[in-house]
Amino acid sequence: MRIVFEKRQSVSRTIRVLVPVVSLVFALVFGAFLLILSGVNPFVAYAAMAEGAFGDVHALSETLVKAIPLMLTGLGVSIAFRMLFWNIGAEGQLAMGGLVATGVALYASNALPSWSVLPAAILLGMVAGALWAAIPAVLRAYLEVNETITTLMMNYIAILLVSHMYHGPWRDPGGYGFPGTARFPEVAWLPRLYDRAHAGLFFAIIAAAVLWFVLQRTKWGFELRIMGENPTAARYIGINIERQIIVAMLVSGGLAGLAGVCEVTGVMRRLQQGLTVGYGYTAIIVAWMSQLNPWGVLLVGFLLAGLLVGGDQIQMAMGLPAAMGLVLQGALLFPMLGGALFTEYKLRFVHASPEDAVLPRESLPKESES
Amino acid sequence: MNLSLISSILTITLRAGTSLLYATIGEIYAERSGILNLGVEGMMMMGAVSAFAVAYHTGSLALAVLTALLVGAVMALIHAFLSVSLRANQVVSGLTLTLFGTGLASFLGQRLGPDGSRLVGLVGPSLERLPIPVLSVLPIVGDSFFNQDVLTYGLYLCVPLAAWYLYKTRAGLYMRAVGENPQTADAMGIRVGWNRYLYTMLGGALAGLGGAHLSLAYTRGWTENITGGRGWIAVALVIFAMWDPLRAVIGAALFGGINAVQFRMQAAGTTIPAALLNMLPYIATIIVLVVITWWETLRKRVGAPAALGVPYAREEKG
Amino acid sequence: MNKERAEKPILRMEGITKRFPGVLANDNVGLELHQGEVLALLGENGAGKSTLMNVLNGLYRPDEGSIYVRGELTDIQSPRDAYDLGIGMVHQNFMLVETMTVAENVVLGLQDLSFQPELRQVKRRLEALGERYGLKVDPDAYIWQLSVGEEQRVEILKLLYRDADILILDEPTAVLTPQEVDDLVGVLRQVVNEGKAAIFITHKLREVMMFADRVTVLRDGKNVATRSTSETDPDELARLMVGREVLFRLDKTACKPGAPVLEIENLKALNDKGLPALRDVSLAVHAGEIVGIAGVAGNGQRELAEVITGLREAAAGDVHVNQRCITNCSPRRAIEAGVGHIPEDRVEMGLVGDMSVAENLALKAYRTSVLSQGPVLSLDGMKDFARDLIDGFDIVTPGPETRVKFLSGGNLQKTILARELTACEGLLVAVHPTRGLDVGATEAVRKQLLEERDRGTAVLLISEDLDELLEVSDRIAVMFEGEIVGVVPADDADVERIGLMMAGEHREEEGAAG
Repeated sequence: MRIVFEKRQSVSRTIRVLVPVVSLVFALVFGAFLLILSGVNPFVAYAAMAEGAFGDVHALSETLVKAIPLMLTGLGVSIAFRMLFWNIGAEGQLAMGGLVATGVALYASNALPSWSVLPAAILLGMVAGALWAAIPAVLRAYLEVNETITTLMMNYIAILLVSHMYHGPWRDPGGYGFPGTARFPEVAWLPRLYDRAHAGLFFAIIAAAVLWFVLQRTKWGFELRIMGENPTAARYIGINIERQIIVAMLVSGGLAGLAGVCEVTGVMRRLQQGLTVGYGYTAIIVAWMSQLNPWGVLLVGFLLAGLLVGGDQIQMAMGLPAAMGLVLQGALLFPMLGGALFTEYKLRFVHASPEDAVLPRESLPKESES
Repeated sequence: MNLSLISSILTITLRAGTSLLYATIGEIYAERSGILNLGVEGMMMMGAVSAFAVAYHTGSLALAVLTALLVGAVMALIHAFLSVSLRANQVVSGLTLTLFGTGLASFLGQRLGPDGSRLVGLVGPSLERLPIPVLSVLPIVGDSFFNQDVLTYGLYLCVPLAAWYLYKTRAGLYMRAVGENPQTADAMGIRVGWNRYLYTMLGGALAGLGGAHLSLAYTRGWTENITGGRGWIAVALVIFAMWDPLRAVIGAALFGGINAVQFRMQAAGTTIPAALLNMLPYIATIIVLVVITWWETLRKRVGAPAALGVPYAREEKG
Repeated sequence: MNKERAEKPILRMEGITKRFPGVLANDNVGLELHQGEVLALLGENGAGKSTLMNVLNGLYRPDEGSIYVRGELTDIQSPRDAYDLGIGMVHQNFMLVETMTVAENVVLGLQDLSFQPELRQVKRRLEALGERYGLKVDPDAYIWQLSVGEEQRVEILKLLYRDADILILDEPTAVLTPQEVDDLVGVLRQVVNEGKAAIFITHKLREVMMFADRVTVLRDGKNVATRSTSETDPDELARLMVGREVLFRLDKTACKPGAPVLEIENLKALNDKGLPALRDVSLAVHAGEIVGIAGVAGNGQRELAEVITGLREAAAGDVHVNQRCITNCSPRRAIEAGVGHIPEDRVEMGLVGDMSVAENLALKAYRTSVLSQGPVLSLDGMKDFARDLIDGFDIVTPGPETRVKFLSGGNLQKTILARELTACEGLLVAVHPTRGLDVGATEAVRKQLLEERDRGTAVLLISEDLDELLEVSDRIAVMFEGEIVGVVPADDADVERIGLMMAGEHREEEGAAG
């Protein structure tokens, strides 16, 4: 008796929907298990989480604060993943965006007309993120260097750089012992909507719309999708692979950079610890779980942020660890990962036959054989 | 520079590098068999927290170490199952394990103290330094090499053993074949899947062990983010070491020691910004990676295992 | 030549029949092999040679028939069983790990269970074997350092190391230089002189005469003849191998060739292993004509198509399409120059499986103003475009939005054809266009090619199916070992001569390259 994976002939819609749903159920069950271990009623806990994340406008605003950077970096990562470029560097690209925006806010506010400071910060921040992503992109496009490692290393360099700057050269002398820059002048503040939720939300929505349009309705988007679906065919059609990689990564890094800009100009309004808290890594999960669909990224980003904020809330209310959110996140992805296989393959139990022991399935003789 | 300075730098380097080196050796084995494990950071975290918790509650350091090994192996089992049997995307799977492991470790760190309180701030049994008689009084090397804790001593055995196993035994030969050319290995009757499971779990166990060293010997106790990215450095170190256990020593010493040197230099009042020193390992890794990839003959001789990260499926021959 | 033979053949295969879905690969085939002899297994593509040997090697199980080794009936169920019987095969794709040494690779294949491989012992034995059989290889060399010929030596040594008595070699000379071929002859002689026996699969007549004592000819899955090489000649073998009498002809209008569209001059190129694949190819294809490239697979046809379509670098020489030089330009330039390409790998290269039929049909045309305005695609335009093509080319699909991977093989090819015929302006390169298709789809494709030619397009048709080439082409160019050894008109073609050219036995005079 053997287990054989057989490629499916057709991918049913039910499977596609079933997999994420089952993942969710699994995650909730696993989380409930952990909660029970902590002596808490899971239903109560989950209700409290939902309340804490979405219960009132204030809760919603806090959820949005976490959601916006997830959405933006998620969108960026999803573009890269579309062409099978494993951009693990969103965290660093975000950091660089925040760093450069800080530089503009602190040092260019006087030199520029007041209406242009914020746009300049946004633009330059995005450029910074884009360029930070371009380096691994070039290495991969022209030298075929593995991008997983290079983007990861760039993260550390960026994080260290940011930390260095607000501990050192850009440190606010008037600060109360907490390392960080001075507060930005108001001209460099990203307007807020309610409490700490800021206009970055619009950026995220617009970015998703643009991305969706580009992917579905433009030549470039078409080419990007082809590159990810079948790289051999992409070459055959005459797509300039190197250029595509670099352009897509500029976009990817730019979006992550934008997330960084929003964090420093909208939420913190200074550069300090709390910029690089893992959005770039969580973005990977967001992108994967939303199957790289821009609207999905918004939704999943929002829900995941809710998970994190809800986790914060019940920590305080019930003395539960905040890490709960993180744990659930991980618990969600495993079944999704494993489940992804089931959209492609069927599980079959085969009675072993001698032939199967050698070749599970015989193949037609190939080209040069007879 | 006087001798005691060199000695103290060496000492700190060895202590700091131990956890890194364990994790790196483990990842070398996993990758040599063809599985990319990006979950090392999470496994180290879990190893750290579980080792400390067990040590605190049972007082047995041996049990603590064993737990760390087990925890790491179990986490790696998940990754192996996803990667080998379900042929999932190894990058995403590993990353998830890290996020999950980090989160879970943090959760446990809040919960595994006495009566469900926090572990943070508690003081538990730790691995003391055990000077080896005679050898520990040697100038310079005596205090640094022969006055360490048992896990560091373990490396003196582990590393040569790892190299020997890899290059000199039949099993090591089979493992390398599995990572380079699973089709050929399969045709030769070598069990690809089984090998990959085994070495991935070994890698996880060693990562867990590295984490244990942190909470039992180096930092002593549990704090949030006790690993500080060491797991990721280990992944980079594997490339730096070009998948060779002996070269990994140089890498771990280098990367681990930079912290020690930097601390010393700051104390001595240097002008090189700490951040720049800390960046060096990562910049170096990128450069090494570029050089390796670019230089094709080098790639064939000491490059990544050819089948690294690619799920193997027998039906889809070639 | 060694004429000594044991009383009983060391190997006897009787009545081997093997079916695959839609194909009868081996039809009641028998074969005998004696100790001390080299037997050649000769045939075209599809004749059943590799299948038969894979049955012997334990990779396939025959539907009918029996195998006797050393007089005893055997039941070979796996390569392991074949191994135990002393049967070993050197495949075309070597089973070697590049980053390991020769000795380590040999160790990999052994069933020994010792903890530490006795490499010194292995090396010594390898050196001794190398001496004995003229297979000198440095046991400490890494595989990546070796030439392809040396790699093959390692594969043979692996078999000899474990005392295989019956050696099977699959197209062994495909990857060798002439000098290495001579060396291999010597090696095989030496090996069989010691009481072993060898079978080698080939399509090259010259080598049959060089290497073998006897030859068994397969055609269409049947054993058509067995001869002693001393009692036959290449002509007879060619006739047996190709053996055609009747040819079908489609209604073809007379060919009215126009100006040359594709001009290839002195083209040289390497294959993926770094060996020369094209060794000075010159050819012209005119508007309104179909030039077929005949030849057994592996003689440079694939590389020729790739160079023309921009997917492979040319080491030397020129390719001009419509007077535009596209040598070593990107695939994009080739497409812009008007080259249409029906690729050999339908699914891997020519289509994006998870995209819709409409999207696949638009893969070349999406850049034009028909399907896009500026950077934006016109989805309606794409749909209309798709509908036109689906109707025009009779593509059977639930709809233009269906994922193309759900279409049948014939419809996949129709999709590609529809796209390429619409997109190409002047030159169409079709590589094995009817491979794997049923009769109906095959006829449809051939008709399309003829229609395209009537419209004035130049068509370069590469095919393993000689029937198809004779039916469809106006001229046939035969490729052998990276060169065009002759170009003949397809009407009233002397099939025997073509067979000889395909097998390397004959060259046409210069001036025929058009």
